[in-house]
Amino acid sequence: MTDVLDTLDVLATAREQVLEHGRGLSEPDLSRVLDLPDDRLPELLQLAHDVRMRWCGPEVEVEGIVSVKTGGCPEDCHFCSQSGRFDSPVRAAWLDIPELVEAAKETAKTGATEFCIVAAVRGPDERLMNQVRDGVKAIRDAVDINIACSLGMLTQEQVDELAAIGVHRYNHNLETARSYFANVVTTHTWEERWETLRMVGEAGMEVCCGGIVGMGESRAQRAEFAAQLAELSPDEVPLNFLNPRPGTPFGDLPVLDAKEALRTIAMFRLALPRTILRYAGGREITLGDLGTREGLLGGINAVIVGNYLTTLGRDPADDLALLDELSMPVKALSATL
Amino acid sequence: MNTVLDFCDRCGKAKTALPDDAHVACAEARALEPPRYCVACGRRLIVQVVPRGYSARCSRHGEVG
Ligand code: SF4
Ligand SMILES: [Zn+2]
Ligand SMILES: [Zn+2]
Repeated sequence: MTDVLDTLDVLATAREQVLEHGRGLSEPDLSRVLDLPDDRLPELLQLAHDVRMRWCGPEVEVEGIVSVKTGGCPEDCHFCSQSGRFDSPVRAAWLDIPELVEAAKETAKTGATEFCIVAAVRGPDERLMNQVRDGVKAIRDAVDINIACSLGMLTQEQVDELAAIGVHRYNHNLETARSYFANVVTTHTWEERWETLRMVGEAGMEVCCGGIVGMGESRAQRAEFAAQLAELSPDEVPLNFLNPRPGTPFGDLPVLDAKEALRTIAMFRLALPRTILRYAGGREITLGDLGTREGLLGGINAVIVGNYLTTLGRDPADDLALLDELSMPVKALSATL
Repeated sequence: MNTVLDFCDRCGKAKTALPDDAHVACAEARALEPPRYCVACGRRLIVQVVPRGYSARCSRHGEVG
């Protein structure tokens, strides 16, 4: 009986606090949301959708990503096929500047307003900074699109340089709850990641920070992670679902159950009513074709279209047709500049 | 001697080393993954994924797929 009352309470609280006033739920309430029984899931998703419509609107931000430097990373993030420490089939490779510009053009053709340049590194060295500097300039000369970067942990000088060359958003994921991080990464700390994010925000770049759900963390730790992100208050949160990669320490973990994934999406929306909440990697295998629709009607308001860094995604045309059908316009470039 | 399609392009194992159905899951996974091994020699490929496609190259057999 107490369970039922708790349940009623948390959705009533969310309606009042999040929907009416735009204030995210507390960590204990986020935990309660995750413990709602399955038969309350439709109601939860509807509320998350209402919160998104009220505080973000119907637009959906579309982004493409590309890996400028793939594989051979010295870090040991246990989910990652690009770590050089595991017996993964991914080999090191670099993209040259013309290929980078071509990828940005292809992304812009889908109507995307964001193009993110990603590198598998602990942090950039001089070679990578040169490549990024030249790449950003070449893209800006050829394509009308916002450029974001994801290059690992930065020094203050690197933060300042990226801001100066016009990188408008920087991605650096905290990946998981602070209390679970040491189970996922041992070569650097959650706090080191936080420090890069702090510098990025202070330099005036938009902060993009999310993580991966389904790495063996508990529901309480998912709530903890959402509350920690709310404290950081990023402009964007990319939400990945673990896609277990052969050869990695998490290669044999099960794929997250689809209902659990949807419940988690809604919970993140109730923690972060105003943020751009993006479907990132793993949605295809966790949720299948139907899942994209359900997520967009359950709190998600941004997607990565096309392929990911080392795996393939849905055809962008399918995602764009779905947005059209749902009457969710693709966010225009003018609205983001 | 190896002939074309001797190796699975997802797990890299020689096809004859495992029963035929061992690679059914590999084939399913390949719908959302680029090839990772050369089917002719089983070497790891150098793969670059871009938003609308990918390229894959074997150091011995050149561009594949
Ligand atoms: S730092 Fe990035 S590329 Fe390197 S292992 Fe971790 S997630 Fe992978
Ligand atoms: Zn195989
Ligand atoms: Zn070969």
